[in-house]
Amino acid sequence: MGRVLSRLPSKFRPRLGAVGLIALLVAAARPAAGAAPGEHRIHVTYWDKWIGFEVRGILEVVDGFNRSQDRIVVDYLPTSQIDRKMIVATAGGDPPDVAGLWAYNIPGYADAEALTPLDGFIRRDGGTVALWLARYYPIYEEMIQHGGHVYAGITTPATMALFWNKTLFREAGLDPDRPPRTLAEFNDYCRRLTKRDPRTGAITQMGFLPQEPGWWPWVFCRWFGGRLFDGRQITLATDPRNLEAMRWIEGFSKDNGGEAVKIFASGFGAWGSPTAPFFTGKLAMVFQGVWYPNYIRQYKPGLDYGVGPWPEAVPGVTDFAMAEADIMVIPRGARHPEAAWEFIKYVNSCNLRARSYDEMTGMERVCFYQEKLSPLREWSPYFEQHHPNPAIKVFRALAASAHCVATPDIGIYAEYYREFIAAFERVRLLEASPEEALNFAQKRLDESWARYVQSLQRHGQALPVAITNSR
Amino acid sequence: MTPRERKNLFAGLGFTSLWIVGLVAFTAYPVVASLYFSFCDYSILKAPVWTGLENYRQLVHDELFWKSLRNTLFYAGLAVPLGTVVSLALAVLLNQDVRGRTIFRTFFYLPSIVPVVASSMLWLWIFNGQYGLLNAALQPLLAPFGLAPPAWLADPNWAKPALVIMSLWGTGNAMVIFLAGLQNVPKELYEAAAIDGATGWRRFWHVTLPLLAPVIYFNVIISLIGALQVFTQAFIMSEAANGNGNGSDGNPARATLFYTIYLFSTAFYDLRMGYASAMAYVLFVVIAALTWMATRLARERIGQLE
Repeated sequence: MGRVLSRLPSKFRPRLGAVGLIALLVAAARPAAGAAPGEHRIHVTYWDKWIGFEVRGILEVVDGFNRSQDRIVVDYLPTSQIDRKMIVATAGGDPPDVAGLWAYNIPGYADAEALTPLDGFIRRDGGTVALWLARYYPIYEEMIQHGGHVYAGITTPATMALFWNKTLFREAGLDPDRPPRTLAEFNDYCRRLTKRDPRTGAITQMGFLPQEPGWWPWVFCRWFGGRLFDGRQITLATDPRNLEAMRWIEGFSKDNGGEAVKIFASGFGAWGSPTAPFFTGKLAMVFQGVWYPNYIRQYKPGLDYGVGPWPEAVPGVTDFAMAEADIMVIPRGARHPEAAWEFIKYVNSCNLRARSYDEMTGMERVCFYQEKLSPLREWSPYFEQHHPNPAIKVFRALAASAHCVATPDIGIYAEYYREFIAAFERVRLLEASPEEALNFAQKRLDESWARYVQSLQRHGQALPVAITNSR
Repeated sequence: MTPRERKNLFAGLGFTSLWIVGLVAFTAYPVVASLYFSFCDYSILKAPVWTGLENYRQLVHDELFWKSLRNTLFYAGLAVPLGTVVSLALAVLLNQDVRGRTIFRTFFYLPSIVPVVASSMLWLWIFNGQYGLLNAALQPLLAPFGLAPPAWLADPNWAKPALVIMSLWGTGNAMVIFLAGLQNVPKELYEAAAIDGATGWRRFWHVTLPLLAPVIYFNVIISLIGALQVFTQAFIMSEAANGNGNGSDGNPARATLFYTIYLFSTAFYDLRMGYASAMAYVLFVVIAALTWMATRLARERIGQLE
C-alpha cells in the first residue's frame, strides 16, 4: 500500500488522504444495523439498570415478549446511571424507546417534558385509564401518575419491612420469633442488642442505626406520622411529627456517644456486599426491601433471620410500610413509541392461570426471578404458592396496606432528597439540633419550590392542582 | 498569495478541518451557548426563557454556593502547596545518583496512571475508620497519648483533609516535570557553589530553587486549576456514602460538597442548566483571577531572583 501511495503524484496525496478520512467518517457515522437483511421487525431499544444476578429475570421477559409475536424485537442494553443518561439522550433527540427509571423520577421528568404520557395508548387499546390503574395495588397506582397522567409501567415493585437477626436476638435473651411490635419495644431491643468491647469501650454491635442502608431517611418522618409535602407547600419543618422523628434519630448518637457511633459505623461495608453490617452481625435489625432475601442468599447464606412489619410508631398504625418501584417509561422523542407501549403492556400483565414456571409471563416472570412481589392485585396460583421469597406474604400485605407511603409527588424531589439527607446527616452526626437542621432545609426547599412553580409558569405549563385550587 | 501558497493553505485547512470542526462544534459552541443559558431559565428539554441576571443574583444568596466555594478553596489551599512540596521533594530524591533509580522513578510515577475511579475505591478502604490501613498504622502511634485516629471520610472534620492526603497519590505527573527541570540545572553552578563552600541545603536554596522557579510556577498553576475543579474522587466517595442516586451532596454533612459537585447536581439531577451555567462562569472567573494573581506573584518573585 505504501509503495502504491509513493508512486502517486504528490498533488494527489492530500486529496486521497482527505477522501480516505471522509470515507472513514461516513462509515463511523452510519447507524448500526438494527435488523438483519430482509427482516422487517421493529427493533425497540430498551435501556435499564439490571445487571449481575438480577438481570436474568428481565432477559427472560424480553425473550418471552420477542417470542410472543412477530412484529417487534426488544433489544436490551444494561445502562448504569440510567436516569441521567436517559435525560441527556432525550435532550440530544436520540433516546431509547423504553427506559427503566425509578418511580421517584416521574414528577421531575414529567414536568421537564421528558416523558410520553401513556393515557393515549391505554385508551387506544379500548380500555380506560381507571381500569388500567385499578389492576395495581393503590400505592403503585399512585406512584406511576403525575399531574393527572399515567407516565410509566412497573418493572419490579418493592416494599420495605423489618429484618432481624435471630441469632443475635437469642444471644441478647430476646425471643427470636417475636420482633418488636411498638416503637417503645423497638428502642428497648436496640438497647439490649448493643454491645461494647469491655476493654476499650468501643461499640461492637448495635440493635439498629438509622443510616443503614440510608436510601430513604425521610421514611422515619412518615413512620412517625409526619408529612413531607401537602401538594401545595413543603411541610418538613412545620409538621411537629417530623421533628419528633429527627429527635429519635439524634438519640442513637446521643445515647451511645457520637464519636463511638461514628467510628463503629465507619466500618460498614456496602449494603449488597458480604461486609454489610447486617450480614457481619454488627447490626441486629435493619429496614430493607423485598429483594433482601435474594441478597442474603448471595452474600450470607445460612443467616438465621426473620421478616416482619414495622413496629407501631403511631398508635393504631400497625401496618405502616414504604413502597418504591422500578419503572418503565417511553422518553419523549422515542422512535417507536407504539411498539414500546406493546412491550410495557406485556411486562405489566401476567398469565393469571399459570401453574408452572414456564407458564408465567410478563410481570410475574421477572418478579419471581428477582424474588419480589407483583404490584398487580391478582397473582397466579404458581406465583403465589411457589414464590421463592420466604417472606413474600409480609411484603404483599404491606403493599396492600392503607398506610403504605411512597416518595412525595413533587417535581423537586431530587433537591428535596439532598436537603433531607444533609439535615439527617447533621442531626445524626450531632452537628446541628433537629430544629436547626429542619428549619435550614425548610428554608431552602421553600425557595426551591417557589422558583420551580415560577419556572412552570414561565414555560406555560400546568401548575400542581393544589396550587391552582388555592388561587 | 501565490497559487502554490493558496494550494498549501487549502491542503492544510483540509487536513486540520477535523480538528477545527471539533473545536467549533464541541468546544466553542458549548462555551458560547452556556454563556447565553446562564442568563436563562433553562432545563435542557424545554426552550430557554431569558431571565437576565436572575441566576447570578440567586447565586449571591445561595448558602450552598458559598459553602461549596469555601470547601473548594480549603481543599485547593491545602492540596496545591502540599502536592508541590511533596512532588518537588520526590523529584530531588529521585534525581540522586543511586542504584535502581529508574525503578524508583517508575514506582513513584505508577499511581498517577491508575484511573481516579479505581484509586478512589482503593482509598475508600484505606480511610475506613475501623479496618483501614491508615488507622491500623496510626493506632499504635496515637494510643500512648490517649488519642484515637479519626473516622476520616465518615467524619465531617476529617473528610476534606482525607481527600487532600489522597491527592498526594497523583503527584507523579508534577514529579516528572520537576525531574526534567532538575536535570536542566547546569552542573557547573553546583560545582561553583561547592567551591564557594555551599552545603547541600544552601546549594538547593540558592541554586536549584531559583532555577526551578518557572517549573514551580507551571506546576502550581496546573495544580491550582485541577484542585479548583476537584470532582471525581469526592463524587465517588460521597456517592458511596449516599447511594440513592439523587445527586451526590458531599457527604458527610456536605463536608465534601465541592463546587463542581454542586454544579453537577444542579445541572444533571435538578435539571437547572441555566443556573449551573452561571455557576460554571463564576468558577471560570475565580480560576482566571487566581491564575492571574499567581502569575503576577511569580513574575515578581522570578524577577527578584534573576
